[in-house]
Amino acid sequence: MTTVYPSRSGELVASGGEVVRFTFDGRPMRALPGDTLASALLAEGKHLCARSFKLHRPRGIMSAGYEEPSALVSVRYRGTEEPNTRATQIVLKDGMEIRSQHAWPSVEHDAFSILNRFGRFLPAGFYYKTFMGPKGAWPFYEKIIRHMAGLGKVPTEKPNAEYESTYAHCDVLVAGAGAAGLSAAIAAARSGARVLIAEDQVEAGLGLIGSQATIDGLPAKIWAKQLVEELQQNPHVRFLRATTVVGIYDHNFIVLAERLPELNGKGNQPSQRLWKVRAKEAVFAIGAVERPLLFANNDLPGVMLAGSVEAYIDRFGVRPGSSVVVATSHDGGYYSAARLAASGIGVVAVVDTREQAGEGAMREVEALGIEVLRSTEVIEAKGRGHVEGVRVRGRRNGKYRSLSCDLLAVSGGWNPNVHLHAHTRAETVYDSEIGSFRPGPTKPHVYNAGSCNGTFSLSDVVKEGHLAGLAAAQACGYEPASHVWSVSDTRNFIPCPPDRVPEGLNEKRTFVDFQNDVTIADIRLANRESYSAVEHLKRYTTLGMGTDQGKLGNVNGLKVLSHIQGQPDALPAPTTFRPPFTPLTFGAIAGGERAHHPLRRTAAHDFHEQAGAMPVFNGYWQRPQLYRRPGETDLQAVNREVLHVRSQVGLIDVSTLGKIDIQGSDAVELIERVYINGFRKLKVGHGRYGVMLREDGMLLDDGVTVRLGENHFLMSASTGHIQEVYEHLTNLLQTKWKDLDVVVTDVTENWFTCALAGPKARDVLEGLVENIDVSKEALPFLGAASGRIAGMPARIFRISFSGELAYEINVPSNYGAALWAKLLDHGKEMGLSPYGTEAMGVLRVEKGFFIVGRDADGRSTPFDIGIGRMINRNKHFVGSDALQLSAFADEGRRQLIGLMPVDKSLPIPRGASLVPNTPDFEKSPPIGFVTSMVYSPHTGCYIALALLEGGRSRLGEKVIAVAPTASKHTLVEVVEPIFVDKEGVKLHA
Amino acid sequence: MKQRYSFPALVWNALRGHRDWAPAWRKAQPRKNYDVIIIGGGGHGLATAYYLAKIHGITNVAVLERAWIGGGNTGRNTTIVRSNYFLQPNSDFYDFSLRLWEGLTSELNFNIMLSQRGVINLCHSQAELETFARRYNSNRQRGVDGEILSVAEIKKLIPHLDTSPDVRLPIVGGAIQRRGGTARHDAVAWGYARAADALGVDIIENCEVTGLHIDHGAITGVETTLGTIKAPKVAIAVAGHSTQLAEMAGVRLPIETHLLQAMVSEPVKPFLDTMVSSATHHVYLSQTDKGELVVGGQIDGYNSFSQRGAFYRIEDITSGAIALFPQIASLRMLRKWAGAVDMTMDGSPISGKLPVHGLYLDGGWCYGGFKATPAAGWCMAHTIAHDEPHDLNRQFSLDRFRSGRVIDERGAGNSPWLH
Amino acid sequence: MLINCPFCGPRAENEFVFGGSSADNCEVATENTTALTDYLYFRNNPKGWNIEYWVHRHGCQSWLEVERHTVTHEIRRTQLTKDHP
Repeated sequence: MTTVYPSRSGELVASGGEVVRFTFDGRPMRALPGDTLASALLAEGKHLCARSFKLHRPRGIMSAGYEEPSALVSVRYRGTEEPNTRATQIVLKDGMEIRSQHAWPSVEHDAFSILNRFGRFLPAGFYYKTFMGPKGAWPFYEKIIRHMAGLGKVPTEKPNAEYESTYAHCDVLVAGAGAAGLSAAIAAARSGARVLIAEDQVEAGLGLIGSQATIDGLPAKIWAKQLVEELQQNPHVRFLRATTVVGIYDHNFIVLAERLPELNGKGNQPSQRLWKVRAKEAVFAIGAVERPLLFANNDLPGVMLAGSVEAYIDRFGVRPGSSVVVATSHDGGYYSAARLAASGIGVVAVVDTREQAGEGAMREVEALGIEVLRSTEVIEAKGRGHVEGVRVRGRRNGKYRSLSCDLLAVSGGWNPNVHLHAHTRAETVYDSEIGSFRPGPTKPHVYNAGSCNGTFSLSDVVKEGHLAGLAAAQACGYEPASHVWSVSDTRNFIPCPPDRVPEGLNEKRTFVDFQNDVTIADIRLANRESYSAVEHLKRYTTLGMGTDQGKLGNVNGLKVLSHIQGQPDALPAPTTFRPPFTPLTFGAIAGGERAHHPLRRTAAHDFHEQAGAMPVFNGYWQRPQLYRRPGETDLQAVNREVLHVRSQVGLIDVSTLGKIDIQGSDAVELIERVYINGFRKLKVGHGRYGVMLREDGMLLDDGVTVRLGENHFLMSASTGHIQEVYEHLTNLLQTKWKDLDVVVTDVTENWFTCALAGPKARDVLEGLVENIDVSKEALPFLGAASGRIAGMPARIFRISFSGELAYEINVPSNYGAALWAKLLDHGKEMGLSPYGTEAMGVLRVEKGFFIVGRDADGRSTPFDIGIGRMINRNKHFVGSDALQLSAFADEGRRQLIGLMPVDKSLPIPRGASLVPNTPDFEKSPPIGFVTSMVYSPHTGCYIALALLEGGRSRLGEKVIAVAPTASKHTLVEVVEPIFVDKEGVKLHA
Repeated sequence: MKQRYSFPALVWNALRGHRDWAPAWRKAQPRKNYDVIIIGGGGHGLATAYYLAKIHGITNVAVLERAWIGGGNTGRNTTIVRSNYFLQPNSDFYDFSLRLWEGLTSELNFNIMLSQRGVINLCHSQAELETFARRYNSNRQRGVDGEILSVAEIKKLIPHLDTSPDVRLPIVGGAIQRRGGTARHDAVAWGYARAADALGVDIIENCEVTGLHIDHGAITGVETTLGTIKAPKVAIAVAGHSTQLAEMAGVRLPIETHLLQAMVSEPVKPFLDTMVSSATHHVYLSQTDKGELVVGGQIDGYNSFSQRGAFYRIEDITSGAIALFPQIASLRMLRKWAGAVDMTMDGSPISGKLPVHGLYLDGGWCYGGFKATPAAGWCMAHTIAHDEPHDLNRQFSLDRFRSGRVIDERGAGNSPWLH
Repeated sequence: MLINCPFCGPRAENEFVFGGSSADNCEVATENTTALTDYLYFRNNPKGWNIEYWVHRHGCQSWLEVERHTVTHEIRRTQLTKDHP
C-alpha cells in the first residue's frame, strides 16, 4: 500500500497531523481522522470491497450514506464485532480490524463468483420450483442454501460495547439538520420552544458544502454553521449529531439512535445510546436519497451516485476516479459534473436522457468545455471488476457510442424520505414530476419540510422549514418568531426522473435491488407469474428486503413494474414503511438496564444467603429452597427439615405471600362477594380459609382472611397470584361495585411474615411474645392476636400450611431481619431451625393442601378439587353463576386425588401422565396427570396429588403413572388426597 | 398441475429465458354465483379451497381476498410449525396439521421449505421443567413426539446459547419437539393458491366483502366491492377481522383482535439451527434460510387493528433475545411488523358452523394460525362439504362458549388482564 | 401511546394494563345461560372507537375508563372509572 499519504482536505477531514491506522482483510491501511472506511478506501483508489448476496458479483461503493446497498463489512473494535456494517458509515478509529464478508477466499478472488455465470438458473423464486426431491432431501439442500445465504457472521463473543438508553421530552423535535431542519429548529428555538434536533451525519449541513447559494447574504455553508452555533449555545436546545431518528410511534413517541464513537468523545462512553423522546410536535426534515439509473451492469464498482461523488470530494477531499462520465435525467447531474471538474476529475461527458437541459445548467457545463450528449441513454456499463467505460445510445437516431471512463456518476432523480411520515400511518402520493412519492397530508402534531417533502429548491426548502418550525412552536403555545430568509440560488431545478426505462436493455444484468441481485428480468418474471401486487413482488423477488431496506431499489422497482404492465406513469403505492428507518442495533434497543430482571428479596434475605440456603425463584422473588448441611444431599436436607417440623419445630420465611388490607363499612360485603364460603359471621380476632373463583367459575386463589376488626380484614393471597387477586378486587370495586364503601391496599411488602410450625411452636412463641396470650384457649386454630414480640409490634395468626401447630408472625418489614434472628436465637435450645420452600412443599402435599395454578390448574372448579361442600349456596359470589354451566356437570371431569405407588419403594415420575392399568398402557391416551409429587418421610414413600378423570369415583383403583420422556412408569393406587394426620388433630393442638 | 415445477423444468426454462412460466394463479374475475364462497385469501382460506376441490370434488369455489393473497397474518407470522400442545383437542389437531405439513411440498408441487429442525423450549426453573414434562409426557402418550433435554443436550443443539449458571435466570433444562420447525409462509399461500387454481377455484383479489346476504336464517351470498355474488355456502377465514365479518351476519364472537409483533435481523451466516423459546424471557427465536434471525414474543396486550406495535414490546423481546444470546447484541434489527390476531377468550380456535345456515367460521387462532394452516383448511373443507365438523375440529365449535366446555390451554381464564 | 391518568398525568402505555371493553364488562342479569356466557366470553371488539378499561398497574393502580380508537390509537377521553356513572 502507499506509504506517502496524499494531502486531502474536506469538511470532515484534513491532512497533516494524526493518522488513523486500521486493517482491512488483514492489510494495514491508513486514513485521516474523520474518514469513513469508504472514503479511506476510495482515497487509495480501492472500490471493490464486497460481493453481492446471490450472485457474488464484485461490488464497490455506490453512495456516501446509510443507503449503501453493497459495501457491507464486519468491523472489530475494542472487543466488539459488528457484522453487516456499511463502509460508508464506519468512522475509522485506530486499531479497527475490518474484514470483508460473504466471499471466499477473498473479496478480490471469490470462488463463489462462479454463480454469476449461472445467474439465469437462479432467477427470483427459483427455490420454490426446485429442491423438492427426492423425498427427505430438503435438509441436505437447506444446509447448502443456509451456508450460501447470510452476509456477515454472528460474533462469537458477547460485545464489549456498552449500550445505554435514556428518555427526553421536548416541545419540538426536528429530525435532520440540513437546510430545512436547521431552518425549522432555529424558528422554533427563537420562538422560545424547547427543541431537540437530531442529525444523522457527524456534522450538520453537510449537504450545503458545495452549494453556491447565499442565504441572507451568507454562503449557504456559512449560514448553516452559524445556525448550528446558535442552536448549540441555546440552553433550551439539545443538538444531537450522529443520531438517526429511527421511528415514530403513537402520540409522538420517537426513537433515536446516537452513535457516540463517531463524535470523537473521550474516555468511557457507551457505543450507542437510544433516546426515547416524547415530543409535542415533530418536524421531519430528513432529506431525500438519490436514485440510480437502470442499465446493464449498473452495479459495477465505479458506478456511483452523482451526489455521493460530490460528497466524497466535499467532505473527505477524495476523488473516486480520474475520468468520469456523468449520466443523468435532470439538471442536477450537470451541477455535479461542474463540481467534479472543479475538483480535478476529468469529465468525459454528461449524458442526459432529456432533449433539453436548463439554461443555467447548460451554461455551467459548456463553460468548462464538457461534452453533453442529449437525448441519450446509458445502455450498459463495461468493465471487468471495475467500470472501464459505458455504451450509450441516442434516442433519436438509435446510434451507439462507447465512452471510456473509470468512474460513472449517475443520477435518476431523488426519492423523498417519506418514511417517518408514513410511520404515522399518513399516506404518500405519487408525484410524476419527480417520479417518486412524497408525503400526503400529515397527521396532527407532525410536519414535513424540505426534500423529504418533495421540495427541492433551496429557497422553498428554507421557507418550508421555517414555517414548520414556527407552526410547531406555536402549537406548543409560543409566540412565533417569524423571519423571512432571503435565499439566492441560481441552481434551481426539479430532479426529474428518466421518462422511461430504456428499451432493449440486457434485463438479466440490469439491477434494481443491488444487495439481493434483483434484476429487471426478475421483476418481469414475477409479473408474468402473477406476483404483481407490490407486496408479492417484494416477497417473491426479495426486492427491498436487503439491509438497505430498498432505499435505492424500491422506487425503481415500482417504476419497472408499471413499465412492464404498460402503465409507465402510474406507479402503485409502495409497501408499508415501518420503523426502523435504518437498521437498529439490538444492544441499543435493549439498552443497559433493560437486560436485567428485577429481584425481590425478603427482609431476611441476608440470613438465608449466609446460611447457605439454596435459592429458588418464584416470579421475581428469591426464596430459600432448602438449608443443606455439610454432607447432605438435597433430598436428605428436605427430609430432615420435614421430619423436624413434624416432630419439633421449624421456621420458614413466608413474606412473599400476598397480603391485602381491607377496610371500610362494606369490607365484609366485599369479602362475602368474592369468596365461595361465608365470612359474614366471622368473629373479630379470627380467620377463615377462603377460596375465590374467577368469573368463569375456576379457582383463582385461596388463603386465610383474618378479621382484625369489625370493618377491618387482612386477606391472604398466594405468592404467585397476589397481583391478580389485588387487581381482581380493585377491578370489582372500581368498575362494578362502585357503591361499596371499602378500600383495599396491597401490603405484601410492608410486612415480614414467618411461620413457626411444629409441636413445640407454642413453646417457642410463649417466651418471646409480650402481652399476647398464645395458649390454646386464647388463641385457637385460626385465631388472630396483636401485640408485641421481642419488643416489635406484631400480629400473630394461628394459620398452618404444614398441618402442624403453627403461628404466622407478622412484623413491619423493617423489623424482619431482627425478628428472624431473634426467633432462631431464642428457639435454638428448643430445637428451632429454619426450613425452606421445598420442605414446605412436602408438608403441604402430605396434608393434601392444593396450590391454585398447580393442583388446580386454571381449569378446575371447586367441585373438581373436592371442595364443593365449601360453597355457600345462599349467596351470590364471583363465579357462582358460571358454576351452573353444563360443562361443569360433565362426567369424567378431572378431579383432584392422591396417588401412592403400589410398590412403596418406587418413585412416581415427575410430571407423569396417568393411564389405565392395561398391557398396552404405553399407547393409551392420558386420563389425567400428576400435579405435585414429593417424597414423604412420614409415609415412607413417594406421594403425589393428581388430576384424574372421574378421580373421586376411582378411589382404590390402580392406574399407571407414565413418563415417556424419562422412560419411567409406576403402578400407583388412587387414594384420598391426604396422607398425614387425616383427622387434623395436630392443627387444633 | 398444468405446469409442474421441478429441477429439469427450471433448467429448461432458464435456457429459454424464463418466458414460458405460467401464472401461479389466474387473476380471476368473479362470476355471479358459486357453490362455495370463501372470504379471506390467506393460508386458511386458500387451503380450504384447495381441499374442497381436491378431496371433496367441489371446484365451483371462489376465494375473495380484499387485497393480495397472503397479505394478512399469513404474511406476518414467524413461520413456526409445531404440535406440542397440551389439551387433547389441540394436540390432536395440530399434530394432524404437522403431518399434513410433512407432505405439503410434494402435494402442492411447490417448495414450501418445511424445515423440521426442532423447536426447543427452555426452562429456567424446576417448576417450569416439570410443567413441560407434564405436557410432553401427555403428548407422547398421544403419539406426538417430544423429549425433555438436559442443559448439556441443549447446548449441543444450540451451541451459542448462554447456558452459564451465573446469569440472572439460568437455564436448567428444556424440552424439544424434533418434528417442529419452520416453513416459508409466503410459499404456503402461493402454493395453495396455485394448486387450488389448477383445480378450477377462482381466486379473486382486490375484492372486499361489505355485507352478507341472509334470507330466513340461511346465507344466500355476499355483497362485495365487485358486486353481488351468490352462494349457498360461505366460509369466513379472515384472521383479525372475524368479528367484523360475523357482525355482518349478526353473530357475536368471543374474540378480541390484538397486536402481535415480530422482527428480523440483518441476514447472517448460520447461527441458530432450531427454534428456541423461553417463556421466562417472553421471547422465541429462529433463523430463516436467508439468514435473518426472527424474534417474536407476546401480544402487545390491548385491542388493536392498527398492525403497528409499541416500541417497548420490541425492547422486551430484544432484551430477552440478548439474555439468551449475548453475542447478538451487535446485530441489527432490519424489519419489524405486527399482525392482527384473533384472541379468543379461551386461547383455542373456532372452526365450524355459525348460527346462520350455510355460514362457517375459521378464526380465533390466537398464536397458532400459521401452524394450523393445512389442518384448518382440511377441517373447514370437510365441515363445508358435509355441513358438519370433523372429529378434529368438532370441539372447536362456537357453542363451547355457551356450555362452558372451553379449551383453555394455559388455564388463564377469560379476561385479558389476568394473563 | 400516552394515557392521561387523572392522578399521575400523561404516562406511557406500558405502565398500564388493558382491562377489556367496558361494554363487555357490564354486570348483567345472569340467570340465563345466554346472558351469562355473553358476559363471560362474547366481545364487541369494535374496529373504531372503543370505550375500555385500563388499570395503572405501575402507577397509582387506579382503574381508568378510556375512549380510544382501535385503529389509530387516538385517545379522546380518560377518566377514573369511579367518576363515570
